[in-house]
Amino acid sequence: MTSLPTPAPGAKKLGLVIDLDTCVGCHACATNCKEWNTSGHMAPLPDQHPYSAAQEGVWFNRVHAYEAGDGDEGRTVHFPRSCLHCETPACVTVCPTGASYKRAEDGIVLVNTDMCIGCQLCAWACPYGARELDEDQGVMKKCTLCVDRIYNETIPEDRRVPACVSTCPANARHFGDLGDPNSDVSKLVAERGGYELMPEMGYQPVNRYLPPRKASSQVKTPPKEAGPLPSQITNPLLRWMDKVLSR
Amino acid sequence: MKPAPSIIFFTVASGAGYGLLFWLGVLKPLGLLPASSLFGATAAIIALALITAGLCSSLLHLGRPERAWRALSQWRTSWLSREGVAAVITFLPATVFMIALAHDEERFILPAGLLAAVGAAITVYCTGMIYASLKPVKEWHHPMVAPGYLLFASFSGASLLAMLAIFWGGGFFPALVAAALGLAALMFKRAYWASVDATPAGSTRETATGLGFIGKVRPLESPHTEANYLLREMVFRVGRVHAAKLRSIALLLGFALPALLFCLAIILGGGAAMALGLLAAVSALAGLLLERWLIFAEATHTVGLYYPTQR
Repeated sequence: MTSLPTPAPGAKKLGLVIDLDTCVGCHACATNCKEWNTSGHMAPLPDQHPYSAAQEGVWFNRVHAYEAGDGDEGRTVHFPRSCLHCETPACVTVCPTGASYKRAEDGIVLVNTDMCIGCQLCAWACPYGARELDEDQGVMKKCTLCVDRIYNETIPEDRRVPACVSTCPANARHFGDLGDPNSDVSKLVAERGGYELMPEMGYQPVNRYLPPRKASSQVKTPPKEAGPLPSQITNPLLRWMDKVLSR
Repeated sequence: MKPAPSIIFFTVASGAGYGLLFWLGVLKPLGLLPASSLFGATAAIIALALITAGLCSSLLHLGRPERAWRALSQWRTSWLSREGVAAVITFLPATVFMIALAHDEERFILPAGLLAAVGAAITVYCTGMIYASLKPVKEWHHPMVAPGYLLFASFSGASLLAMLAIFWGGGFFPALVAAALGLAALMFKRAYWASVDATPAGSTRETATGLGFIGKVRPLESPHTEANYLLREMVFRVGRVHAAKLRSIALLLGFALPALLFCLAIILGGGAAMALGLLAAVSALAGLLLERWLIFAEATHTVGLYYPTQR
């Protein structure tokens, strides 16, 4: 059914918290997402012309980079973009077939690819560009929040997180229940002032982005000149003096 | 937004078909159209043929057309589903109406005609609401979009009806209706463009990324070097290069010229009126194809904010 479920009080709202302060733009999340999901719940994620010019394909996660601000305040921000698992997702309500749905139990937005007719209205309805058409199968695909990992009892419990979260080398991606104010992710959002994208659209995204921290004033003073490493000092007497004086 | 030929043909052809059905259903029982049963049947058959051709064309836009029947299920929330349900239901009175017209069955013409007219109006309204309900496209999420679909469908339908009625020698009233609707459509479309052009986008790169608190946001690197589905489908840019000229051509061809030609046809009458009526109807449909192309080509989707080179 494309009618949105009425969330029970205290119902889970699973989602991601993405730290724009620590994201280094390495695209590992996007790559591991593709790797997992091309054989996961919404498999496959096909590529067109993979080995020639104009290669492209279905990805659930895209990492942009922006420059924001000017002068000393200006900075480069890496910006991963994926489905935000909105609380009022129009991609679900516009679906004419019931293929798009939002799960009552945890809020994950999914597509039943056996029912999808490929009308693409959901992709038009999503302000964030979270849905991409599988042109081989003629059906719509999207982020599943790795529903086939987070509840998967065949993998170790500490690894039951979305593929993008598990692979992030900068620990810039966090997964949890944003409906529970006491969860780690909710505390992180509260502490860092996490925000939603395009709130004016009224889709009420569940995912949150943590803003880049202000550049600290210390950065403006040049770092001290680094001395040689102890291993680089060949004279034993000087090495001993360096060790004593470094205390 | 990418102007898909299948959808442009669908909305123009079905719109004209439903418009024709509407005016036939309303004006025929009132006795304002030629009395010939052949006229009524021909007009109804043309209306149903246009509607059917348009609906078939819309199936070409689907990735899985064989599953199209599933689209009738979610009418509680989806305007696309409502459009499908309304289209299917409208076929019932429309078919009865067509048969009643062919056999001159007076007692069926009035109820079936009115029901078909109501069904046609509801179906076109649903089509308009599919677009008007999409918040990410500011040119579509506008109060004049759904009324516009109704007005343009009723105008193109009236044009076809006027052309046919002129052929049967009774075109005065429908030609008057078509000319009046043409002028109304002309003013309506101008007002719509003025309003859309004056409305600033509610979303910006700053709100899309949430980085506005740092300052102006500029895209540095795209996530991918090649195109993708999102860029091809929703970040279409060709339409804006010649937008001003194309808008003028659409207004002239679609609304101004047909209105003028129908007025001339009323004044001149006879064989000249037939030629003018035909020309007016063809011009209206050609202009509407261009108008519909612009509806897509000029529409901007918020996903474009994430990518370089838009705005």
